[in-house]
Amino acid sequence: MKRWLPFEWIAAVRFLREGRMQTIFIVTGIAIGVGVIVFMSALLTGLQANFIKRVLTSQAQIQLIPPDQVARPLRSAPGVFESAIVQRPSQRVISIDQWPKIRDRMAAMPEVVAVSPTMAGAALAVRGAASRAISISGIEPATYFAIVRVPDYLVAGTAALSSQDIIIGTELAKDLGAAVGDKLNIQAASGSTVVLKITGVVDLGSKGANERTTYVALRTAQSLMGIIGGVTTIDMTVRDIYAAETIAKQIQASNIVEADSWIKTNAQFFSAVQAQSSSNTMIRVFVALSVAFGIAAVLVVSVIQRSKDIGILRAMGTSRGQVLRVFLLQGGLLGFVGAIAGSVIGVAGLLFWHSSVKQADGSEMFPLIFERSLFVYTVLLATITGLLAAMAPAMRAAKLDPVAAIRG
Amino acid sequence: MAEEVLRLEKVCKAYNIGQPSQVQVLHDIDLVLNKGEFLALMGPSGSGKSTLLNIIGLLDRPTSGRLTINGQDTAALGDAAITHLRGHSIGFVFQDHHLISAFTAVENVMMPLLVDHGFPSARISARGHDLMARVGLEKVADNLATNMSGGQQQRVAIARALAMNPDLVLADEPTGNLDTKSADSVFRLMREVNRDSGTSFLMVTHNLDLAKRCDRIIDVIDGRIEPGS
Repeated sequence: MKRWLPFEWIAAVRFLREGRMQTIFIVTGIAIGVGVIVFMSALLTGLQANFIKRVLTSQAQIQLIPPDQVARPLRSAPGVFESAIVQRPSQRVISIDQWPKIRDRMAAMPEVVAVSPTMAGAALAVRGAASRAISISGIEPATYFAIVRVPDYLVAGTAALSSQDIIIGTELAKDLGAAVGDKLNIQAASGSTVVLKITGVVDLGSKGANERTTYVALRTAQSLMGIIGGVTTIDMTVRDIYAAETIAKQIQASNIVEADSWIKTNAQFFSAVQAQSSSNTMIRVFVALSVAFGIAAVLVVSVIQRSKDIGILRAMGTSRGQVLRVFLLQGGLLGFVGAIAGSVIGVAGLLFWHSSVKQADGSEMFPLIFERSLFVYTVLLATITGLLAAMAPAMRAAKLDPVAAIRG
Repeated sequence: MAEEVLRLEKVCKAYNIGQPSQVQVLHDIDLVLNKGEFLALMGPSGSGKSTLLNIIGLLDRPTSGRLTINGQDTAALGDAAITHLRGHSIGFVFQDHHLISAFTAVENVMMPLLVDHGFPSARISARGHDLMARVGLEKVADNLATNMSGGQQQRVAIARALAMNPDLVLADEPTGNLDTKSADSVFRLMREVNRDSGTSFLMVTHNLDLAKRCDRIIDVIDGRIEPGS
């Protein structure tokens, strides 16, 4: 007997050890259940983290744009309209009013990590006989790259942007037959034309984006669009990505801008993430329930099998509380050991799955993330589940009449 | 005057009280057991011997009457106090020995001390091995209780009953399942303990030869102690 173990622990461990087959079966059952939880949770964590990383490193988390331009009906007198039909006006490319002031205000917000002004517009890229419609983003590289990690997506060249440079997507480079160092003729809708040198080619992970996206210096874009000193958007990143929508609403309420968060602009993706999380929670709940009922069933049988032992222990002076704790501990120990084994099974299963399922090019689907908190919470939850499941059988054992128990 | 270990006054026990199926098992039992006495309790099956033993062992409560152990009236004691008194003052030896199969022989002997102290200790271990030696089983002390003969198991049960140095040992047909030789050996052991340590014994038995070797014989018939026994 271990000197440091109290009586209840010694009895609980011995009872579990003696009912070896019963213990092995229930621990295996718990381990499989916990293994499923660990596998599913770690898989979803890795998947979601990867998706979110991809989404959030290729776009701003909050984007401020000028408010919608609306037509005001003419009135001949107060309350008397000249025309009942008011057409929605076409949305001209306009600058955000007093954008430097708004940018500085945004940068001062504690929730905000980075702010960068952008001049966005449409243009035509011409090289020889080939031409393609492109979207131009005029950026300040120093601040913009903290929001969209353009250098991370480079497949050729560098991310340097002087007023004579342009970074283009891989598909556009292919369509125009251009490479780093080549020059492109950029023609804006305003009629302005500029010749820019390709300094970098990026792969943004989407064919559509790679066909259209180009990055130029902010001043180059301003002069191309004919809006000198103006910006069409202010891009931002925030500390808590899931608070982006709330922060966007606050900004919109206190500034003359529209604020769109990544949650709003990626509503479908976001609801898919939430659906995954909810289904994972449901799986956890049902697995925990089946584990709890399994433990309770085993312990109910154990109490019946051990009723004589309980009677003898009571005759020897064991209190009801001690008997209660002996059976509660058995439940907790089953949950704990099952959770440890289940964590090993879950991790092994996920590692096997990860090594056997690859992308078409042979690279890994996504990096696996094993958070320590997942294992801590799982083991804790399984142990508590075990304790709770053991409550009814343990109370039954504690209430046993010693005379009836000894008689069997 | 002899020191009293046990006193029963007008102890009655009935089951299903107030129902048509009410059964009166014990009627006005008066009994005194002095320190160092070895008493045999005899009677036919169903006469109430086991019920009486359970009441004396504080495993059951009388319907009426007074039960005093070591001068302490048990009527007003709550469950915790009853459990404590039982653990410290009374040892049990059952017909089926009732050793706990998950533990070794010596661990079974140590069990009452472990329950009382909460943690194992060198002192508890030494006491367990002393008692195993006392009943002549030191060589099989580490055997599982199930890997022993009936006689050995009953000796272990006696050692366990003595672990807390109780004033009273209640033995419910301790030799009932043993052959004559083993029964004699187990009885002699109990008698030795009784003589050496002054522990009082109350033994339920159907064996008249063994009963005659006790200090006194009490006959229980139909829930009453036979006059003159």
